[in-house]
Amino acid sequence: MADFVNHILTLEDSWIGYIVAALVAAVLILHVVAVGALLFIWMERKISGRIQDRLGPTRVGGKFGWLQTLADGIKLIAKEDVTPDLADKFLFKIAPYVGLAASYAAFIALPFADGVVGQHVNTAVFFVLAVLGLEVFSVILAGYSSGSKWSLFGAMREAAQVVSYEVPLGMCVVVPVMICGTMNLTTIANMQAGFFTNWLVFNDPFTFLTAIVYFTCATAGVNRAPFDLAEAESELVAGFHTEYSGLRWSLFFMAEYSSMFIVAALASILFFGGSHGPIPIADVLGLLSLDNLGSSDPAFHVFNEDGGGFFASLNLEIAIARFLGVANLLLKGTIGVTVMMWVRWSFPRLRIDQVMTMCLKYCVPLAAVGFLGATAWQALDLPTGNSLMNSPRYSHHELWTADDSESTVEEASSNEVQTPHEDDTHAAAKAVELKTVPVSVVKGGER
Amino acid sequence: MASSKIDDPRVIEFDVRTDEMLINMGPQHPSTHGVLRLVLRTDGEVVSDVEPHIGYLHRCAEKIGENLTARQWVPYTDRMDYLAAMNMNLGWSLVIEKMLEYDLPERGRHLRVIISEMGRIASHLVAMGTYGLDLGSFTPFLYGFREREKILNLFEEACGARLTYSYLTPGGATADLPADWTGKCRQFLAEFKEVIPELHTLLTTNSIFVSRTAGIGVMSAKMAIDYGCTGPVLRGSGVYHDLRFHGEERYTEMYDGYVFDVICADPATGKYPESNYEFHGDSLDYPEIPRQAVLGDCWHRFYVRMLEVVQSVRLVEQAIEKYEATSGDWGTPIKLVQKLPVKEAYMETEAPRGQMGFYVVGNGESIPWRVRARSSSFCNLSVTAPLCQGILLADIPAIVGSLDVVMGEIDR
Repeated sequence: MADFVNHILTLEDSWIGYIVAALVAAVLILHVVAVGALLFIWMERKISGRIQDRLGPTRVGGKFGWLQTLADGIKLIAKEDVTPDLADKFLFKIAPYVGLAASYAAFIALPFADGVVGQHVNTAVFFVLAVLGLEVFSVILAGYSSGSKWSLFGAMREAAQVVSYEVPLGMCVVVPVMICGTMNLTTIANMQAGFFTNWLVFNDPFTFLTAIVYFTCATAGVNRAPFDLAEAESELVAGFHTEYSGLRWSLFFMAEYSSMFIVAALASILFFGGSHGPIPIADVLGLLSLDNLGSSDPAFHVFNEDGGGFFASLNLEIAIARFLGVANLLLKGTIGVTVMMWVRWSFPRLRIDQVMTMCLKYCVPLAAVGFLGATAWQALDLPTGNSLMNSPRYSHHELWTADDSESTVEEASSNEVQTPHEDDTHAAAKAVELKTVPVSVVKGGER
Repeated sequence: MASSKIDDPRVIEFDVRTDEMLINMGPQHPSTHGVLRLVLRTDGEVVSDVEPHIGYLHRCAEKIGENLTARQWVPYTDRMDYLAAMNMNLGWSLVIEKMLEYDLPERGRHLRVIISEMGRIASHLVAMGTYGLDLGSFTPFLYGFREREKILNLFEEACGARLTYSYLTPGGATADLPADWTGKCRQFLAEFKEVIPELHTLLTTNSIFVSRTAGIGVMSAKMAIDYGCTGPVLRGSGVYHDLRFHGEERYTEMYDGYVFDVICADPATGKYPESNYEFHGDSLDYPEIPRQAVLGDCWHRFYVRMLEVVQSVRLVEQAIEKYEATSGDWGTPIKLVQKLPVKEAYMETEAPRGQMGFYVVGNGESIPWRVRARSSSFCNLSVTAPLCQGILLADIPAIVGSLDVVMGEIDR
């Protein structure tokens, strides 16, 4: 993107291109956060309404009350921004922004489809989890600075809970990383291309277990019911945001909903095929060659630097593939969020000791079992869901590792998909020819 | 002397000494059911002491009763336990009738059974729903309110009001039930019976619900009796006592010829009476008691209410039949300025929340000389302090919610 801007402006590797690219990406992602929150809050109200046998919003915006959140947002903006006397004013005011910034920043490395990503990060998994983990600061800050005992209770709970749940969460995330051999989310997603049997959740029983544990821990990590202890309204009035009102309060909400989406999207990338649908429709119908998706440097699929100009270089096939990919990922993320909502409106809340018990006695051991089991499964080379259909994951995987060792290349020869020659350069050349070189590892690394 | 330092069993953590924090829970708090104020002494999440403060809803109802005639005071009884206003009306009506030695005609008796048992269903539905709310589950609340709404519609048809009915008055009721009311009531019962298993699924057998309530706030039968607990709170501790069986004759004769169970676990076996109640050929089975549950805990108090609802359904069905079989007068309400004899009368009835007693002293005037109410919620609330020691903060809504107090009745 930066190179494309520089190319248009006929600048050579200038910082201006990077600034413009960053701004465009930031604005686009902001829309995902804001519009996503808008949609999810509306969805939550509608879903809770249906679960509770009522209608939910029906009027604002014509049918289905789909503009209800916007109306609420306008109301919230118009409300007085109260800061309590006892509050630590600076921290109190800054806390909601910290939370929103954390969940917003995590979107930077989240690939919506192959190549549709704010910034390619080779350790995207790590980046997203680390940045999302910063969100806990906002809750602790809010609770500490509010000058209210209820807020303090909320913050204490949040600190204990979120920090504990990061342990099993991290252990679960390690499993796909271990299987795919990369921390790059785009590569992980691409390795699951093809039929849904390729999804890592169906890789072996242990990844299935891991996916469930991941989702549980993610729900706890973003403070959703039944783990929403930090804002347990029946005990702590409103928990950490008791003293907040107006826009600041709504920022907490936006942060909550966008981090819900982030963890759900992360789940879909790590376990549920990311931007790849359950059935590669376009590929089956022959519209697109599946191999094209992982073909070249992600940043230059649509904007080709040597094509000269925007339209001349527009690769329609890949643009469609990306569009479908983004739709897939958004859909999967939304399904994940919906499940969280479904759980929230069905279950009572756990008690703090039960939440900690759940983490330390169940989630951590289960995650450990999942990790060890999945490792053993890989090490023993047992049959995986991947081998049910003719699949490209091994080709991706092994071509990537082919750079490092020849032994894996030899193993790859057992795979029907392709048989790279032992000669590395020949293999690379052939890979380019077959267009199956995985994304960004070869070229993306340079960027 | 070595271990003399920490004798207080309420001190849980003594390795790291931290400051205790006093917290006001209420009077404006989402889970204190009105304007109850609890002062908590907490050490982190552990609550070592709870002190309930009441009086935020005091409206001098009893004193007002000494300035109004017996019939004029009926609307004030509505506002005591506003979730079971019909049962409050009934208690007051019965005590005045007892004073006047007035005997109700047969039709009026069955009408009162229908109305008061429907009131009990409505009240227990709110208790069930708000208890779910206390534990962080929103959906049962709306399920309960949806069903309660149908009862309120029926009540509205009968008397015109939806919350404060003043329908049952000394001498009978303000009006007979409208035509075809019983048909609608039957339809409601048929629909409602389908819903009961749903409510059990949402809460009673839900594993999170069980883990939040089972073994929490355990109250022995002796303690329940000592503190004067009544109603489901008492029966939840395994004390077989229901005024509809064990009450004064003037009250129990209202239920003459009716078949129903007192919902109470047998302390020896821990078993509840078998559900021998058939509905369209299917028996309404009671869910199993989870193994974590201890007799007298929050779960049992909740369970007793859920089963009582079924018994009330059973009673209403019988009452409708009996009501339809009788004809004639449903009772004549006493005159507005009916003079009360020079004597005193006290009577307790089994309201949804426990034994609701009214005490009247007449002096020959139409305005009673003394009016006093014995509130069930008041006594039930008194166990809060002993039950809430050394528990976690989240258990407080669980325990207070399981007592199902209504502040309007406590403060009067």
